[in-house]
Amino acid sequence: MTVNLSEFDQSCLDGQEGPAAASAMRVIVRLAEAMEATELLDVTSAHIDSCLYHGPAVLDFAKWLEDQGAKVIIPTTLNVSSLDLIHPDLYRGDEDWGIQARMLMDCYERMGCKPTWTCAPYQLEERPKFGEQIAWAESNAIVFANSVLGARTHRYGDFIDICAAICGRAPAAGLHLDENRKGDILFRVDGLNESLLDRDVFYPVLGHLIGKNSGNGIPVIQGLPNGVSEDRLKALGAAAASSGSVGMFHAVGSTPEASTTEEAFLGLDPTDVIDVTSEKIIAARDQLSTASDSKIGAVSLGTPHYSVQEIKKLFELFDSESVNPKVNFYVSTGRDVLTEASLRGFIKPLEDAGVIFVTDTCTYITPIMEAVTLPVMTDSAKWAYYAPGNLGVEVIFGAVEDCVASGISGDLAIDNKIWIDG
Amino acid sequence: MIFLVAGKANGEVLKLDEPLSFWGGVDPETGEITDLRHPQGGMSVKGKVLMMPFGRGSSSGSSVIAEGIRSGSGPAGIIMMEADEIIALGSIVADEIYGKAMPVIVVEKSEYEKYSTGDLVVIAEDGIALS
Repeated sequence: MTVNLSEFDQSCLDGQEGPAAASAMRVIVRLAEAMEATELLDVTSAHIDSCLYHGPAVLDFAKWLEDQGAKVIIPTTLNVSSLDLIHPDLYRGDEDWGIQARMLMDCYERMGCKPTWTCAPYQLEERPKFGEQIAWAESNAIVFANSVLGARTHRYGDFIDICAAICGRAPAAGLHLDENRKGDILFRVDGLNESLLDRDVFYPVLGHLIGKNSGNGIPVIQGLPNGVSEDRLKALGAAAASSGSVGMFHAVGSTPEASTTEEAFLGLDPTDVIDVTSEKIIAARDQLSTASDSKIGAVSLGTPHYSVQEIKKLFELFDSESVNPKVNFYVSTGRDVLTEASLRGFIKPLEDAGVIFVTDTCTYITPIMEAVTLPVMTDSAKWAYYAPGNLGVEVIFGAVEDCVASGISGDLAIDNKIWIDG
Repeated sequence: MIFLVAGKANGEVLKLDEPLSFWGGVDPETGEITDLRHPQGGMSVKGKVLMMPFGRGSSSGSSVIAEGIRSGSGPAGIIMMEADEIIALGSIVADEIYGKAMPVIVVEKSEYEKYSTGDLVVIAEDGIALS
């Protein structure tokens, strides 16, 4: 299929906008062909996932663009990288790998991207508005932008993000278009205990279950309370994008394209209806843990990056207690959020209590955590999903309340009653 | 049959029971499937014609695909039943910067069901065939 190119697209391809724009446009057009797009569209912001070092290929690619004079022409934020530039001593990995990772980060900064270094760009002050066409990578940011902000990005991978930022263009296909944003599968949570729906920990578990059961479709969740908080929707989306390939969901009464179930399905029928029972939720929760020891060696929170509200809650949960000396307690967040939470007085007391804040990166993508033989506890379904494979650790999933209680005592403390009684 | 990315390959089929996220699921240096929750966890994708129903997971999958093509530890080709841009992109970029593309093909269910793990197949311009 041929993609109808605008005059600007063609001038990029022909090299009139410089060699970097020509190369970037060639990648965009090849992707547009694979997506069966008939044309490209303007995008107003980009979020770059390509800045995380995975080996020589990603650096070769960035240098290939930079050597051709690449500069971004739209506001462009950067995802997490392999290093914590605010707390550089936390990095425990191979020195050469660290050097290459830093070169990659510098390369993207020189191309004009903002050094935000966060997987939660939707927690920055400037964020896309409803209906805005954007080109974001990072699976949790994609699902949040589409579902919660009502902005429009396809499920972009690395490389295309920076190409779109260089040309300000992306394929007019996938989740950019109305017809591809309608719901496919209906998940009914009406039968669950209401007080369980009021727990933070319910949302990543629901997301994990939804991701597993959505295939390539868009899930619609019916029966949640109206106006579910952004932090809960963030946890839900991140989990669904890890256990499945969800790029967008509708939560009826909470997300902007789903004021009613009918609106979410654009008046059509769901292809499938799944009743989310208490048994299914408990089974999904259990899939997130690989161990059930009575002791824990570490806690890792903040995947995706913790928000100011989540840090505030952590501050309140710790009260005046401290982390057990045998436990390493990590919280990953963005540098902007760290600054804001620090101004509000949450960071210093938590650091004094033994909490280690990690910025610019995350504990499951780079060697930061000290080696532990005991399991690591987390409140993140995404962390629970990826960390065992990435880090070779055992993981126990629990509520943030459980993580704090366990981190203080060193003994696993999980309140199982909430899953049955709510 | 649609070639998301054109290219030639031959190799042994490894048909996955579930979709695989390349990032967090495959070691780009060795090709081993490191996602222990995956039914084929512990097996290697290196040199295989990998089949899976559709793509899944992290955006960084594109980077892992490109790195696998660069290092030679990735699959020889990928066959799916639905298009996946994250996988396609990794191969498109490897083609652009190294001149090495890994074919990424979308086939109908009937075609998908023709092949099973262990089959030796050839991917050429005109499609897939048992060798």
